[in-house]
Amino acid sequence: MVRVYVNGEAREFSSPLSLAQLITELDLPPARIAVELNRAVVRRNDWNTTELRDDDRIEIVHFVGGGQG
Amino acid sequence: MKEKVSSESLIIAGRVFNSRLIIGTGKYRSYEEMRAAHVASGAEMVTVAVRRVPLDRSSESFLDHLDPALQILPNTAGCYSAEDAVRTARLAREALQTDLIKLEVIGDQTTLFPDNEQTLEAARILVKEGFVVLPYFNDDLIMAKKLMDAGCAGIMPLAAPIGSGLGVQNPANLRIMREQLPDATIIVDAGVGTASDAAIAMELGADGDLMNTAIAEAVDPAKMGAAMKLAIQAGRLAYQAGRMPKRLYASASSPLQGVIK
Repeated sequence: MVRVYVNGEAREFSSPLSLAQLITELDLPPARIAVELNRAVVRRNDWNTTELRDDDRIEIVHFVGGGQG
Repeated sequence: MKEKVSSESLIIAGRVFNSRLIIGTGKYRSYEEMRAAHVASGAEMVTVAVRRVPLDRSSESFLDHLDPALQILPNTAGCYSAEDAVRTARLAREALQTDLIKLEVIGDQTTLFPDNEQTLEAARILVKEGFVVLPYFNDDLIMAKKLMDAGCAGIMPLAAPIGSGLGVQNPANLRIMREQLPDATIIVDAGVGTASDAAIAMELGADGDLMNTAIAEAVDPAKMGAAMKLAIQAGRLAYQAGRMPKRLYASASSPLQGVIK
């Protein structure tokens, strides 16, 4: 079992998975999002080859309306 | 972005904009209202914020609601440390493939005043990493100099607290900044409330103005967008025209001779 934290929430998976598989599992549209693994950006091209480990901290962001503050 | 380059273009790190108005994408009552305001304002660049994707529901991409012709300027709004701002900028670059970043490091939740020290630290790191950095900061000349020395493409002093609509609170500071840094690209960021506020910022010599709430919270955002467009143009023209000196007493415009007795 792998337990990771995505955007601060714990998520458990029965078998090891890659970052690309995580994005699919979460049903996220892969366009115009960005991913950070343990505080370092993971380029889109590396999602497939990045295997997740226990206690990994993942941040997945997108864009929202905003100006200042 | 149009190809034409004139003395009236705003140029940021080689990118040419024919509008000196940059606007935000927050606080609008609907996407339609936002789009109408964007069109009416004539702005060619809009700023967007970076946030965690919600995991509990599918979310459409906010960017789909923006005219694809607009240059997107991601910002680090909501960051309270240099480290978080740098991380946010890196994520924005990865997602949008743009080096542009409006750097914001906030120091306090009540005032949303910038943390100048953290801003400078983040600016130095981001410039080193190849970003085109546009930092929001207090309207302070010394800080402006440090940010320029750090390699920022432009500087974004506040006119007043974010979302306050108070207008330019310290015109002398903006004027001094303009006079002391004639080559800097100065874009007033935050605090204008209505068209005259934007005109004043431009009359003081700002190269541009970034605003959000003044347009988004107007009763009719599209109309306010149009008003801001004209105000920015009027203020810019007035700055270039060179205003008359202020005098305490009257100075007649009509000849003193030839008045009937």
